[in-house]
Amino acid sequence: MSTSNQQATPSRLAVPELSIGIGLLACAAAVAWQTLAIPVSPLYSKVGPTVFPYITMTGMVILSLLLIVAALRGGWQPEEEKETPTDWKAMGFVVVGLLANLLLIQPLGFTAASVIMFVLICYGFGSKRPLRDALLGLILALAAYFGFARALGVNIGAGFVENQLNTIINSIISMLRA
Amino acid sequence: METFGHLAHGFSVAFTPVNLMWCLVGTTLGTAIGVLPGLGPALTIALLLPITYQVAPEASFILFAGIYYGAMYGGSTTSILLNTPGESATIVTALEGNRMARSGRGGAALATSAIGSFVAGTIGTMGVAFLAPIVVKFALSFGPAEYFSLMVLAFITVSAVLGSSSVRGLTSLFAGFVIGMIGVDLQTGQPRFTFGTSELLDGVDVIIVAVGLFAVGETLYMASRRYAGKDEIVPLKGSLYMTAAEWARSWRPWLRGALIGFPIGAMPAGGAEIPTFLSYAIEKKLSRHKEEFGTVGAIEGVAGPEAANNASAAGVLVPMLTLGLPTSATAAIMLSAFQSYGINPGPLLLTTQADLVWGLIASLFIANVILVILNLPLIGLWVRLLKIPAPQLYAGILVFATVGTYGISQSPIDLVILYLLGAAGFLMRRFDFPTAPVIIGMILGPLAETQFRRAMTISNGDWTVFYRHPLSLTLLTLAFIGLVGPHIWAYVERRRLRGPEHVPGDA
Repeated sequence: MSTSNQQATPSRLAVPELSIGIGLLACAAAVAWQTLAIPVSPLYSKVGPTVFPYITMTGMVILSLLLIVAALRGGWQPEEEKETPTDWKAMGFVVVGLLANLLLIQPLGFTAASVIMFVLICYGFGSKRPLRDALLGLILALAAYFGFARALGVNIGAGFVENQLNTIINSIISMLRA
Repeated sequence: METFGHLAHGFSVAFTPVNLMWCLVGTTLGTAIGVLPGLGPALTIALLLPITYQVAPEASFILFAGIYYGAMYGGSTTSILLNTPGESATIVTALEGNRMARSGRGGAALATSAIGSFVAGTIGTMGVAFLAPIVVKFALSFGPAEYFSLMVLAFITVSAVLGSSSVRGLTSLFAGFVIGMIGVDLQTGQPRFTFGTSELLDGVDVIIVAVGLFAVGETLYMASRRYAGKDEIVPLKGSLYMTAAEWARSWRPWLRGALIGFPIGAMPAGGAEIPTFLSYAIEKKLSRHKEEFGTVGAIEGVAGPEAANNASAAGVLVPMLTLGLPTSATAAIMLSAFQSYGINPGPLLLTTQADLVWGLIASLFIANVILVILNLPLIGLWVRLLKIPAPQLYAGILVFATVGTYGISQSPIDLVILYLLGAAGFLMRRFDFPTAPVIIGMILGPLAETQFRRAMTISNGDWTVFYRHPLSLTLLTLAFIGLVGPHIWAYVERRRLRGPEHVPGDA
């Protein structure tokens, strides 16, 4: 009876947390594999380039074991997070938007890829007016391209939209000169 | 007294029209991103890092510092009107500030937080100007072993002592170490953790890590939580001018908050959570209007924590400028800006880069003045910014994230790494792992490794160097206490609490 407080949080295996612990252990294994692949010159045998990686790997193994123990005791995810159901559809649209950007940025250029990503993410977040979003995305992408990127001296490459605009701008400049 | 001479020189640097312009741009941008949920100073400064290739160091640091201070002011507006703290440092402000707004005193809450931020920011900046030369005198005697031990202490405090769990904090920190080690080892030229690819030889850019964790991760997290319900914007009511009674209730909390915030920020521990919570607890205890706390909102509960937050933000600059020791994600990214100029922050910075350091400190005083003007008379503008709908806001953030990362080398590989880090950032938010230690670990980890190897080379491979030097031993002992102490304390507390409960039940 005295343990009623403890029964409120039953110690059950928490699967998501357990997989995070195991995932971290796998990362530690990858660190070990990559550390073994570092060629060590005997000149630096005292504190060579592998000492810190080994320390990091040891730390990761200990931490992942502690996380696994915590997962076996019921996990640590805050109640508030657990109770909120995940909106998979919204997340799915964001992920599709990101992937579209990744695949299209080289063939179509930054602006076109950004507009597609913008519309998909807005739709995922519940916006119901894709045409207006496309227009907003276009304005924002052009502002980012001509303002932000140019001001920072960052070159993000040019695609179809940028080339057309650059030709128009160049022709306007040459018309003004003439 | 020489500090005044340095400051006068600093003002002559900061008062050039160009640098004033950067200060104005920085503070305006900083307030905007502080107000907007989902954008923070660390992400913004990371996105603007390429500017370091374009302008003089003074200009870019004045810009970054303006963003850093501005975000602190803007963040409180969001906390008060929306009850969604944009920054962990403004969680406490939301407690009383939002209640004040709901009971029609939002104007007073905004005013006390802006003026309190000004008072504390000015005191904190004074603190930087006077404390930094003293720390430098002390730090000149540091050898590599001391530096390494100091960094270990900072690692423990930022990841294990602050935050909800030391195991998860350290996990984030170690993930940062791994990211920081990717690329060519600077001392031996050996590639590490590149998985045989040539793209990873240069390492992973801090821009990609910051944008992945803070922009992509945050967007995925917000998308996944659309069922969580939304916070309503409380319409701004009440005069922005505080009454005499409100001034009388505010000025002591401002000063107390500044005195709590600055020393804690200046310690190699950093973090704004502890000083703000501490200030809140003290104000609640000292207030003559205890009944207002948690009901209609007490002005002391806004004034104190807001002051503490800004003073500790100033304090963080002390270890950053004098020791090269960043204790927040924003400071870590500013450190990487120093590296991009080939400047090594450390005890010599104040003499070798006097223009830069004192110009920066002077610009912080100017930034505080600009910010209090931006945030009081122009508050209506920022409130309007709060009304940007979430879909377009997050989609827009990702457009800028693409510019920032794809622009580095036009490589889709960078976008792949960005999205993988975004997925990691999402899981970290979902499972309560702090993200700042990743950035600190990735920037400070390689520096700690360099000091470690330097110390070991000097000592000819003798490990005892770290505990034979008394200062190094002290720092390592403090780190050990920081790591183990809270657990022992919690264990003792649990035993003490559980003891009497068990006896009647067992009998």
